[in-house]
Amino acid sequence: MLHHPKQIQAVSQYPTRWKKPPFIRRAWLRYGMYLFISGYLVLGFTSVEINWTRVAEGIPRGWIFISAFFTPDFLSRSSDIWQGIKESLTMTLTSTIAGIALSIPIGVGAARNLAPAPIYLACRSIIAITRSFQEIIIAILFVAMVGFGPLAGFLTLTLATIGFLAKLLAEDIEDIDESQTEAIRSTGASWLQLINYAVQPQVMPRLIGLSMYRLDINFRESAVIGIVGAGGIGATLNTAIDRYEFDSAAAILLIIIAIVFISEYSSGFIRNRVQ
Amino acid sequence: MPVQHIGTKKVWQRRTHGDRFRIWALQLVLVVLFLLAWRLMNENTMWIFVQDAPRQAVDIGGRMLPPRWSYMERLWIPLWDTLNIATLGTLLALLPAVPIAFLAARNTTPSVRFIRPVALLVIVGSRSINSLIWALLLVAILGPGLLAGIIAIAFRSIGFIGKLLYEAIEEIDISQVEAITATGASPAQVLEFAIVPQVLPAFAGITVFRWDINIRESTVIGLVGAGGIGLELSHSLNTLAWPQVSLIFLVILGTVVISEWVSARARHAMI
Repeated sequence: MLHHPKQIQAVSQYPTRWKKPPFIRRAWLRYGMYLFISGYLVLGFTSVEINWTRVAEGIPRGWIFISAFFTPDFLSRSSDIWQGIKESLTMTLTSTIAGIALSIPIGVGAARNLAPAPIYLACRSIIAITRSFQEIIIAILFVAMVGFGPLAGFLTLTLATIGFLAKLLAEDIEDIDESQTEAIRSTGASWLQLINYAVQPQVMPRLIGLSMYRLDINFRESAVIGIVGAGGIGATLNTAIDRYEFDSAAAILLIIIAIVFISEYSSGFIRNRVQ
Repeated sequence: MPVQHIGTKKVWQRRTHGDRFRIWALQLVLVVLFLLAWRLMNENTMWIFVQDAPRQAVDIGGRMLPPRWSYMERLWIPLWDTLNIATLGTLLALLPAVPIAFLAARNTTPSVRFIRPVALLVIVGSRSINSLIWALLLVAILGPGLLAGIIAIAFRSIGFIGKLLYEAIEEIDISQVEAITATGASPAQVLEFAIVPQVLPAFAGITVFRWDINIRESTVIGLVGAGGIGLELSHSLNTLAWPQVSLIFLVILGTVVISEWVSARARHAMI
């Protein structure tokens, strides 16, 4: 007989409805995570002290600021804004070019397949040091050393560019196709010729792309490091907000967004063309 | 193939004459631009200060060492605040970022012509303003404290998470969507059973990645008054207490290294 009671029972032990498998498969880990997260949330939220009266006072001010975006004031601080933009743009350009020029030798030195061990270690530690701190902290130190102004910003962004570009360039060089280096080496090429004919053609498109991307990042950062005195539009913005001149601040923010938008769009265009 | 004739010998060249000239011209333009920008930038630079820089560096370095280790006991609470700013800010950002990502993705948005541009505008606006600038604004509006920091971190993260998530949604495998649709599923069910499972690992990875960046950023947003360890840094800098500054730098470095390790482990476990 087909429908023997025993058989039916055996079949019905399997679930008859399909259920989505959980994201974390191990049950103890899943419930442990839930417990940990909810415990943390309770602790975290209770330790945040919020001064609600101050927040309530702030809300109308927030509205003033939002409405300032529809009536930005480009004129009353125009000379300050122009000076800040000029500093930001020149700082971005010079630091990116200087950063690229410095990160090429460091990046080559930090590639395990090209550099001998002592140079490799030295270049890798330079990269690690330049990457370990945020731009704003480096900017504080440079401002203390060379004084207020865009030169401190230039030094900061150059260092940050090295940390970014040299690392990615080194990783890129380590990933190149070895057969091409072997071919060039077998012709009796010197080390410089090897770099020039086997390595450079392989990494150049990505290097150009990364440099354009870094130009973009450097402009954004140049708008920030001015807060600690390293020149650029950030200083102007800081002053405007400190004086509660929200319409000037909105104008500066709109300019920053516009420049970021233009540079992102054009760097994306160039990156698409070279890659 | 570009070949140069030297007498009767043919010599292979990597580039044609025209290409070489173009590269040379580009390099010249870059050098000229660099020099122009350099002059413009340094119009107001006081070179006397710059000449003094090595001495200043040695001086500050000397004042920084040794770090004032006893100051550490006053740093634990700001450190906890920093962790809270980053974590709660990331979680707060998820609430708007996830719907915005679905509205911005070409394959899930209700209207490519009207809603998608608005969602993209929110993402671009949030992304182009650094969290320090958001913090500066929010401190002016809400007053100094943790709340301004949390919201600043959240505002900056919306664009980051939204952008990466909508790109992940656009890259999903369409055949799974078709399979679920073929069973007669409603749009909500398609979302739940075909799209969400495909983007969930990417989503978790993006969130942890942003949390790691937020830890980094929340250590410094205190410089403008938004709470956390940056506030202590700002106090120590203003009083020129360099031994405290160096200790704070070490603590920030340690925090960043740990958070990077945690996020790398978590992403490795998930993906």
